Amino acid sequence: MIIGTPIAWWLAWSKSRWKEVVATLVALPLVLPPTVLGFYILLALGPNGLGGWFGPWFGLRTFAFTFEGLVAGSVLYSMPFVVQPIRNAFEAIGARPLEVAATLRASPLDRFFTIALPLAIPGFLTGAVLGFAHTVGEFGVILMIGGNIPGETKVLSIAIYDFVETLRWREAHILSAGMLVFAFLVILTVSLLARRSGRRAF
Amino acid sequence: MGNEIAITLKGDLGAFHLDVDFAVPMHGITALFGPSGCGKTSILRSVAGLNHMAGRIAIGSHIWQDQERFVPTHKRPLGYVFQEASLFPHLSVRQNLIYGEKRAKKAEKHIRFDDIVDLLGIGHLIDRSPMHLSGGERQRVSIGRALLSQPQLLLMDEPLSALDRMAKDEILPYFEALHANLKVPILLVSHDISEVERLADHLVLLKDGRLVNSGPLSDVLSAPDSTLAMRRDFAAVLPAQVLRTDEDGISALDVAGSEFLVLADTLRPGDAVRLRIAASDISIARGKHASSSILNSIPARILGIETLGATEASLRLDIGKNHPAIVRARISQRSLAALNLQIDEMVIAQIKSVSLAANR
Repeated sequence: MIIGTPIAWWLAWSKSRWKEVVATLVALPLVLPPTVLGFYILLALGPNGLGGWFGPWFGLRTFAFTFEGLVAGSVLYSMPFVVQPIRNAFEAIGARPLEVAATLRASPLDRFFTIALPLAIPGFLTGAVLGFAHTVGEFGVILMIGGNIPGETKVLSIAIYDFVETLRWREAHILSAGMLVFAFLVILTVSLLARRSGRRAF
Repeated sequence: MGNEIAITLKGDLGAFHLDVDFAVPMHGITALFGPSGCGKTSILRSVAGLNHMAGRIAIGSHIWQDQERFVPTHKRPLGYVFQEASLFPHLSVRQNLIYGEKRAKKAEKHIRFDDIVDLLGIGHLIDRSPMHLSGGERQRVSIGRALLSQPQLLLMDEPLSALDRMAKDEILPYFEALHANLKVPILLVSHDISEVERLADHLVLLKDGRLVNSGPLSDVLSAPDSTLAMRRDFAAVLPAQVLRTDEDGISALDVAGSEFLVLADTLRPGDAVRLRIAASDISIARGKHASSSILNSIPARILGIETLGATEASLRLDIGKNHPAIVRARISQRSLAALNLQIDEMVIAQIKSVSLAANR
């Protein structure tokens, strides 16, 4: 969210010719097979990539096969699901309310927090839910960069995969049903919240 | 210099070229008038800093824009009323109203919340959501919101054009009350001449991004060669003072030393009003008719004769005694020839009907 919001804001208002290039980059994870994305992230996070540069700051040799690496990968992978709804929400507000606020002496930051954010709430809810749900459910990227180390980078979706592979149906059932109920509840809650605020998120 | 709103703008907006340079007084309502696409709104947006065009904008001694500086919109003490009310839907009417007030500097506060709520008659709406207001109510709230931001200049971009006839009639008296009660100068963009006749004190006439004329309303309206004066529905607007009100419902008004009789029983002696005299309501006579149902037969000097198409002519007449007061009369070419009217000649202007454009 914190990374996605500024990107969405810029995409909604910028007149730069790089806008569509950036929008395409953000949208790439939608089309690419997760394994391709995972492969590049793995390279980037590894000791010869960014991981090698920034890793030592955190006392690590590399980000690959670590929890931090997983988080970074997930953020990238879920970016389009967060950025798109927020960008749409900002565009739907239009320039007028912000112009009005400017003539009422609100500074740009003031306008963002008192007008743009409250009016874009449905977009934020949608972005948050889709981003979260997508992260919980992801598989390919994690498999590539996480390495499935128990207690460190083992995630639910891969755990289920392992249980099925080893024919432990009972555990697979419990986890799968749990995820099903969880996903249902999250989306239902957000829909109810959105209806309460007078608009629908989906 | 110090007591004027001086605007110089030059630049392109899309396919459209704007090049204007004018100054208007720091009081009263100034109308920017012209056909759609003449640049009125671009000028207003530039004054507000919502558009950035090359030029200079000075409000009295405060310079908002010149070659070196460009004061951002939120640092200009102005109020802006848009064509659509554009209230913030996530805030209540009260929160909308105080949005600007909260952000205004303490020292600048001269317009009080309660006064504005009374003046605009919006007290009963205050705790509602803007989504449940009528068009007229919404626009009143948006005017109140703009005024409560404590502006030194109020900009209005066709604030009435999105409203239907009923809502317009509902809101116009509030405009007149604003004008009478507040000292804030107003720049009003309009393409509706009746709105201008009723509200404006000064007129800036624009066409195709250029200035045509600018000055006091009655002067600009009746200026020679003005495209306005050539319109079939042309009417002169003259300031007048009520002299007395008679029992039969007729009021006597003073217009530049000439006395006018008007059917109006709500006026009090001393009231300042404005008279609207349509060009089609004046006929010309050589001598004073002894008896006629026409109340107003005023001596007039012919200042100019312009042809209106093939069959009609427009006469520019001065009906003032003490100082010039210009009206126009539309007569047929045949009458013009029959009466053999000449420039500078004295005639009698018989005025069939006079209406009050607004109470001031």
